[in-house]
Amino acid sequence: MADIAFLNEMAKTLRIEILKMLTKAGSGHTGGSLSAADIVAALYFYKMKHDPKNPKWEERDRFILSKGHAAPVLYTVLSLTGYFDKSLLNTLRQLNSPLQGHPCCKSLPGIEVSTGSLGQGLSVANGMALGLKLDGIPSRVYCLLGDGEIQEGQVWEAAMTASHYKLDNLCAIIDNNDLQIDGYCSEVMNIYPIDEKFRAFGWNVFKIDGHKMEEIIYALDEAEKIKGKPTLILAKTIKGKGVSIFEGKAKYHGIAPTEEELEIAIKELKNGKN
Amino acid sequence: MGKTECGCAPNSLSEFVGKDIATRDAYGMALVELGKKYPNIVVLDADLSCSTKTALFAKNFPERFFNMGISEQDMMGTAAGLALTGKIPFASTFAIFATGRAWEQVRQTICYSNANVKIVATHGGITVGEDGATHQALEDVALMRVIPTMTVIVPADAYETVQCINTAVDYYGPMYIRLGRSKVPSVLPAEYKFHIGKAYIFNLGKDVNIIANGIMVAEALKAAEVLNKEGISTGVANFSSVKPLDEEALLHIAKNSKLIVTTEEHSVIGGLGSAVAEFVSENHPVKVKRIGVNDTFGCSGTWKELIKFYGLTAENIINTVKNSLK
Ligand SMILES: Cc1ncc(C[n+]2csc(CCOP(=O)(O)OP(=O)(O)O)c2C)c(N)n1
Ligand SMILES: [Mg+2]
Repeated sequence: MADIAFLNEMAKTLRIEILKMLTKAGSGHTGGSLSAADIVAALYFYKMKHDPKNPKWEERDRFILSKGHAAPVLYTVLSLTGYFDKSLLNTLRQLNSPLQGHPCCKSLPGIEVSTGSLGQGLSVANGMALGLKLDGIPSRVYCLLGDGEIQEGQVWEAAMTASHYKLDNLCAIIDNNDLQIDGYCSEVMNIYPIDEKFRAFGWNVFKIDGHKMEEIIYALDEAEKIKGKPTLILAKTIKGKGVSIFEGKAKYHGIAPTEEELEIAIKELKNGKN
Repeated sequence: MGKTECGCAPNSLSEFVGKDIATRDAYGMALVELGKKYPNIVVLDADLSCSTKTALFAKNFPERFFNMGISEQDMMGTAAGLALTGKIPFASTFAIFATGRAWEQVRQTICYSNANVKIVATHGGITVGEDGATHQALEDVALMRVIPTMTVIVPADAYETVQCINTAVDYYGPMYIRLGRSKVPSVLPAEYKFHIGKAYIFNLGKDVNIIANGIMVAEALKAAEVLNKEGISTGVANFSSVKPLDEEALLHIAKNSKLIVTTEEHSVIGGLGSAVAEFVSENHPVKVKRIGVNDTFGCSGTWKELIKFYGLTAENIINTVKNSLK
């Protein structure tokens, strides 16, 4: 059984740490890190089989952050679960830091593959899902994509591959915050309807509220029961979620909070219901 | 092939002389001026218009601006189609995505069809800074230079960028223009005139000549000043046109040098240094030393830290010259 209160608390902690590290770094991606916090908390603190002391454990579930610019959410969860010392979070984006602007698997334990160039993660997830099946390992592969990211053609090539090879050990999650850099996804390059597209490609699709922990947990659990096809969790989210001055604003895609904004943000998060 | 000379300098060209501004900012401003004059200019971007500065054009000419979303391959193909209906498309995104993700579209559809597409990519090199290796193109010049029919330009400052963008409109054929993210010092004099395939020799050294482009021209000039003071006669040439290479100028330089040092914000493999070494070794062998990023990925850091970290500095040029003359 999932402890919803605990997971919500973890998501809040992730958000606070994300904002602190971004402020310290002075640059980085705020909006898309915050929108994914609940999903990432559910994966690492509830759903995924993983061992921070043995990051290469063969039977671990895999997580691929295809939207690599949300690196802060991944770094934060990896440090909170014990992959590396929390003090490293202060080195984000600095010269010689293992916490590169975008995740680099050669420099940090727990990163499955280097990402940051959008559109490439789902193919890698497919490859891992195929490899695990070949080895008879019952692990699952989770891949988190941005909604703007699915404008890349490779995503749709990979969507075809996943259903063609019946990758039921694969679960893709789209962080549907409806924003990319230049504005609303529907205005920059319309991506909708996402659910019907994936269903037409042969996927099972769950539509959820990506900030309701119960719904995230339900979808992750149910996805495991679907056989013969991959599952997409289409998570409706809010970019910058949790901090009202950042919420729903394209501007905060790629800029870090100022010291003042950080203070306001932490206060709001600590007082918030979520 | 079309004309190679700029005949359309806007009145405001002089505004860029002596100004320390990022080449991408100069591009954004130049596009707007050109948009006013040429109704057949269209601009495409892949969700980075704020960063590439095509947003300025988009605001002025929304009906001639196409945001393609995050789909660089599709953008290059669409640009080719627009070119083949008589438009002059400028397609912009970060250098790594323009030349990496969309390489084959650029080769097959744009270049093999000789489609008149102007690829103007920003965020070339390590001066991208904190975003790190995934966003720092160190291979883009090599990737573009190797494609037949492609013209490859790496402007040194804002003034040269504006002239280069103007020239691109008059020239028929695919072009790759590589711009940067960070502010660059002004290096070219007011009388400078950009021509495709023409180098600009600031001065010719009797001992050493430094061949540079992009941000490294400023560093080369600083290094030459020090070396000249120390009695090593050092010249500097701006080879913004990597392809076509100014072979006449290069031969002249080679004949007058004991040592040629190339320097660029790019991998030492495949870029300006390679182009120079290839030509010099075949036509007038003289020792060539290449300064660039030594076959490694970039990393995160401030751009100022990174240029030191990778040795893209006047200091490293000076040391390289001294060590090579020993
Ligand atoms: C191939 C590629 N093109 C462009 C970029 C630059 N870029 C970084 S983030 C971003 C927008 C991403 O939007 P979305 O996928 O919706 O992410 P989110 O809203 O979750 O931050 C872009 C265009 C990139 N990283 N990779
Ligand atoms: Mg988005």
